[in-house]
Order: sequence, then C-alpha cells, then structure tokens
Amino acid sequence: MKPQFATDYPAVSTRFKVGQRVRVRKTAPLGHIRTPFYIRGHVGEIERLCGSFPNPEELAQMRDGLPAQPLYRVRFKQKEVWPDYRGADSDVVEIEIFQHWLERA
Amino acid sequence: MKDQGKYQPLTYFQLMETSLRELLVEKGLVTDEQVNAEVAAMRARQPERGARVVAKAWADEAFRQRLLKNGTAACEELGLEIPGLRLVAVENTPQVHNAIVCTLCSCYPRVLLGIPPDWYKSRNYRSRMVREPRAVLAEFGLRIPESVQIRVHDSTADMRYIVLPMRPQGTEGWDEARLAAIVTRDAMIGVAVPKVG
Repeated sequence: MKPQFATDYPAVSTRFKVGQRVRVRKTAPLGHIRTPFYIRGHVGEIERLCGSFPNPEELAQMRDGLPAQPLYRVRFKQKEVWPDYRGADSDVVEIEIFQHWLERA
Repeated sequence: MKDQGKYQPLTYFQLMETSLRELLVEKGLVTDEQVNAEVAAMRARQPERGARVVAKAWADEAFRQRLLKNGTAACEELGLEIPGLRLVAVENTPQVHNAIVCTLCSCYPRVLLGIPPDWYKSRNYRSRMVREPRAVLAEFGLRIPESVQIRVHDSTADMRYIVLPMRPQGTEGWDEARLAAIVTRDAMIGVAVPKVG
C-alpha cells in the first residue's frame, strides 16, 4: 500500500489496509504518547496510510525512534466514541495513530 | 488605562524560556540574532499564505486534485516554503464539513496560517471540539445541518491539516487574488465558511 508521504527511514512493515477495522490498544504506558486517552479501546476504520515516522515515544527518550512506525489516519464514528454524542449518526472523528497502538478488530 | 510599566514577576514558562534561550546563546548553539530573526519570521507568516493555496485550488481543478493528493508538494509548487510540514488538505463538500483540532497540544499549520489564535490552544476548544463539535461550531456562529457529516481531524502526530472550504456562490469569474481575500483563517480551520460581501 502506497503511503501519502514517502519517507526514507528504515521502517516496520505495514499490517493494515485502507478500510480495515482496527481497535486502539487500551493501555496507559508512562511517557510521551501521541495516542489520545479518549480513543483508547475504540474501534475504527483505516482511512489512509500517512507514511512511516520515528516513534515519538522513543524520540521523547532521546533515542532515534527507529525503525519507523507506520502512521495511519483512523476514522471513528462519534456515536461509538461518545454514547451520548449529540449530532448526526454519520459524524466522525479522524485521528493519526501509530501502528503499534492498533490491533485487528 | 495608561501603561505604568509596572513590574510583573516572570511566569514559570517565561522564566523557563528565558533560561533556556540564554543557555543556548551562552553555549554558542544559537545567537541572539538568530532567535530574533526566527521570531520575526514567525510573526511575518500570516493566514494569507493559506488563502493563496485555497484560492488556487478553487481556480485550478488540476491543482485542487494535486493539493488533496499531497498538500506539501502542492504548496511547494506555489513557492511556499513549508520545511518539514506534511500537509493534508481536507475538502468541504455539500455532504461533509471538516474541522481541525489538536487535543494533545496545539499542532497547527503555522507555516501556512501563522501563529494560532489563543482559542485554538485553549482547553475548552481542544476538549469540546472532539466531544461536541456541533455545539462548538454554533458558538462560532456556524450551524451545520444534521444532513451534513462533520469530520473532526485530531492532529495528533506528524500531519498538519488545512480545510479546503467550498467556493461560495457569487464568485464566478473572480481571479485568484480576489478569491483569496475572502478565505479567512477560521475558514481554513473549519470553524467558519467563506462569505461573499
């Protein structure tokens, strides 16, 4: 699958395809995390592969973040994220999430 | 009220910034001139840069497609320097309205839109925009009908976003400069839509 932005970093191979259902891991490790709390444990659909980028959790520890992790945009239905969501059934929130935070749903 | 120049102690973050900057200068890693030049360059970037991109996309269908495919390459085409920025343009249509937020911090396409407004960095906007976007948009004076899907983009990692608004009716035959003049910062964040007149 072709990423939107090609990068030169040595990278982990991609595990997910556009349209695939994925669950965000529900875990709370310490440190600098780019996965918002509110989306952990929720199921969404891969919208696109952005590219592969150094792992920000490693970068925050002054390491090189390599091999790079594939970064996806994942689309979630608002009504599934917030049970009391007020708005259209079709409303969505789209979030960039690194592959190591995703598992098959 | 007349500014009496009253002494105010530095806040925590002001003190941290000053200490870090002075250390970097002392160690010869940057010079005061470089810091000042970067601050000046940051202040000089205004939302007009983003408006040029939107106007071009409205006027030139092939450019619009290239912008949606790769926002970075499209900006470089216009001679806009956007070092390191991976730009994702998200397009409003009669069926979809897009809006941008960064719930984790305040990621913002600064090289295209300049310094973010204070409200963009506020906890209020950052937490409520993903939770109740329709209520937040209504507070900006923008009521989106239920038949239109709202797509909120949480800018959590390496991408930066710009909303490509719909070209308003009544702009037929306008040149790019005239089109750019109606493209506001808020319209490119997705909390407003461009209006004619």
